[in-house]
Amino acid sequence: MTALKPTPPSDAQPMYKKREPVHPKLVSGKFRSFKFAFMALALAVYYGLPWIRWDRGPDAPDQAILFFADGKFYFGPIEIWPQEVYYITGILILSSFGLFLVTSLFGRVWCGYACPQTVWTDLYIAVERFFEGDRNKRIKLDRAPWTLNKIWRKVAKHAVWLLIAAATGGALVFYFHDAPSLAYNFFTGHAPTTAYVFVGILTFTTYSLAGTMREQVCTYLCPWPRIQAALTDEDALNVTYRWDRGEPRGPHKKSETWEGRGDCVDCNACVTACPMGIDIRNGAQLECIHCALCIDACDDIMKKVGRPTGLIAYDTDKNVELRAAGKPAQKFRLFRPRVIIYAVLISAITALMAYGLLTRSTFELNVLKDRSPSFVQLSDGRIQNGYAIKLVNKRIDPKNIRLEVTGIEGADVSLVGEEHGDLDVEIPGEGVTRFRMIIKIPEDAVDGNDRLRIVAIDTETGEQDSNFIPFSSPRRN
Amino acid sequence: MSEHDKDVDAATGVETTGHEWDGIRELNNPLPRWWLYIFYITIVWAVVYWIFMPAWPALPGMGTNTPGIRNHSDRALVAESIDALRSARAENGAALIEASVEDILADQDLRQFAMAAGESAFGDNCATCHGAGGRGAPGYPTLADDVWLWGGGLDEIQHTITYGVRQENMESRFSMMPAFGRDQVLSAEEITNVAHYVRTLSGLEEPSDASIAGQEVYEWNCVACHGEAGTGDQLQGAPDLTDRDWLYGSDMATVQATIYNPRNSAMPAWGERLDETTVKALAVYVYALSGSEG
Repeated sequence: MTALKPTPPSDAQPMYKKREPVHPKLVSGKFRSFKFAFMALALAVYYGLPWIRWDRGPDAPDQAILFFADGKFYFGPIEIWPQEVYYITGILILSSFGLFLVTSLFGRVWCGYACPQTVWTDLYIAVERFFEGDRNKRIKLDRAPWTLNKIWRKVAKHAVWLLIAAATGGALVFYFHDAPSLAYNFFTGHAPTTAYVFVGILTFTTYSLAGTMREQVCTYLCPWPRIQAALTDEDALNVTYRWDRGEPRGPHKKSETWEGRGDCVDCNACVTACPMGIDIRNGAQLECIHCALCIDACDDIMKKVGRPTGLIAYDTDKNVELRAAGKPAQKFRLFRPRVIIYAVLISAITALMAYGLLTRSTFELNVLKDRSPSFVQLSDGRIQNGYAIKLVNKRIDPKNIRLEVTGIEGADVSLVGEEHGDLDVEIPGEGVTRFRMIIKIPEDAVDGNDRLRIVAIDTETGEQDSNFIPFSSPRRN
Repeated sequence: MSEHDKDVDAATGVETTGHEWDGIRELNNPLPRWWLYIFYITIVWAVVYWIFMPAWPALPGMGTNTPGIRNHSDRALVAESIDALRSARAENGAALIEASVEDILADQDLRQFAMAAGESAFGDNCATCHGAGGRGAPGYPTLADDVWLWGGGLDEIQHTITYGVRQENMESRFSMMPAFGRDQVLSAEEITNVAHYVRTLSGLEEPSDASIAGQEVYEWNCVACHGEAGTGDQLQGAPDLTDRDWLYGSDMATVQATIYNPRNSAMPAWGERLDETTVKALAVYVYALSGSEG
């Protein structure tokens, strides 16, 4: 097949913008140091958490944080059953409100410091820098022909990237299984297939997202840059180029005066430092993840040319406008309506969840009525219905439960296998115990529209759970 | 249009396929690269697959197909998972074999295991006739009530399931109601009268001349099995005629038909088809359906 190169009409815009490789230059400064420290902390938390133990007694998992073990979630002392998944929803809601709050206060600090995409990309760039050198060397190497030197550097870089990617996926599966035994089984080839599959998937995503896609993930894939435009305002602290001070920009020679010109010497240090490949001096933009590396880069230059630092700094749009108009800048306003609303919402949801957690039930009663047959008539004329009783004990210790049936006079209640009329049962811990309940009621005591209330009572604590359930009989008018 | 005579679209500069429909020509753009790469990967994957998995119809002397070096066999995997299931059930299953049905019912764990196993075995084997949950149907006893032809105790249920009803084996539940009409033991009038009498036993109709005449027929012909009072006999599988439960129906015509030519229906001996654990689980499940021995 001979593919002729398309020759689009001259005024046509290309559909796709070809990616220009970004080679951020290493900067030094307080934000760079903080970012490295935070990266170390984030990675330590991610890799370390599954290895923390938590004693829950025998027959229970001893991993502090464990998801989907027998369908349950474990967070230290808190154990969440699948039917209580709304707590997980609560945590997600809290997380998003937390994100909103932080965004309205300090802009996109999530993007700049804490987002896994940022943390891993930063790590991958550090690896790249280790093997290929800093910005200029990398650019040169990319343009250079394929020599042995280039090949080993590239191969080594990708190999380390893949190792990190595999370790990332490897750490994730530990959140879903007992970490020490899974680690052993994983390397001896006895781990569940899902473990290998998920390690494979995460190796692929980590390698491609942090290694090859990088800033494109933030620019094209992530919805957050779009959402945050609605969350930030002129009072939020953003990484800002103070154009009121920097303009008009231009190269500056040592002998020249600073009178009548801005502080920006147009050295491009902020641009070369940017992992997103943008120019912060163009103002707030979707691509900017507010990682503050340009602040470090610019401060460095400002010190060298003998001007005050902070030409690029965390600042609010409002202050820049005020200073440009010759007015004094405002103090940062912590208490703004949206901040207060988010804070109140977060407190309210936290309180609600804490209340729910503290008062949540330790057992559950579920009653299912037989549908086939929905009733039978006994030889003495009484109507009989059968019910499947499920008692869920969410605690490790066994429980003594008393069942009571109210609603219809003269009901003869029994549990199959237990003494007739004995409705006190012991149920083992951590599981579901099933009983079959038989209820017989004289024909003239029911009319076809009857309802029963079945109550389960913990005889020790008095805690109750109840179900309303119909009692079927031939319909009479 | 020949292959050498390329037709290039002026607007895009792309070659067309040369096909034209109503003046519309199709551009012959190259396939996307990512698509091609995936296509090439699948080709490589196919070769890998041939090496590892059963793939090609085999050459003569090689069996049905190339086995592949993994020796993969779906059949073996199924057998493996069945074995795994058996061994997973082994502990409770072994306990079911050793324990009596009474012990199974009294033990909370064994009871739950037997009920679950019994429910699925019932659905596979019994529900066809007895209905889901033992709801019953005309001619097929309801198992959820307290009426039992052959006894509703656990042991009796286990026996009935194991040996069946009216089967060849010696232990089978067996009885045979005579065909009073077909074999001309009773006249048509006598059958009608005794049918009236039988219906008075459970209060379906008021005593009448016919039923009083029928009582004499009953005492001569039916008492041996159904008893003087008509309460039946579980040892002989003779139904209680005084209760409200009727296997085939309680209307006059059905009762007459039953006396004229009884159905004497049968049930298979499940002990010949199912293993002992399953039969025990079924006995516990069927017992629990009604929860009473009657």
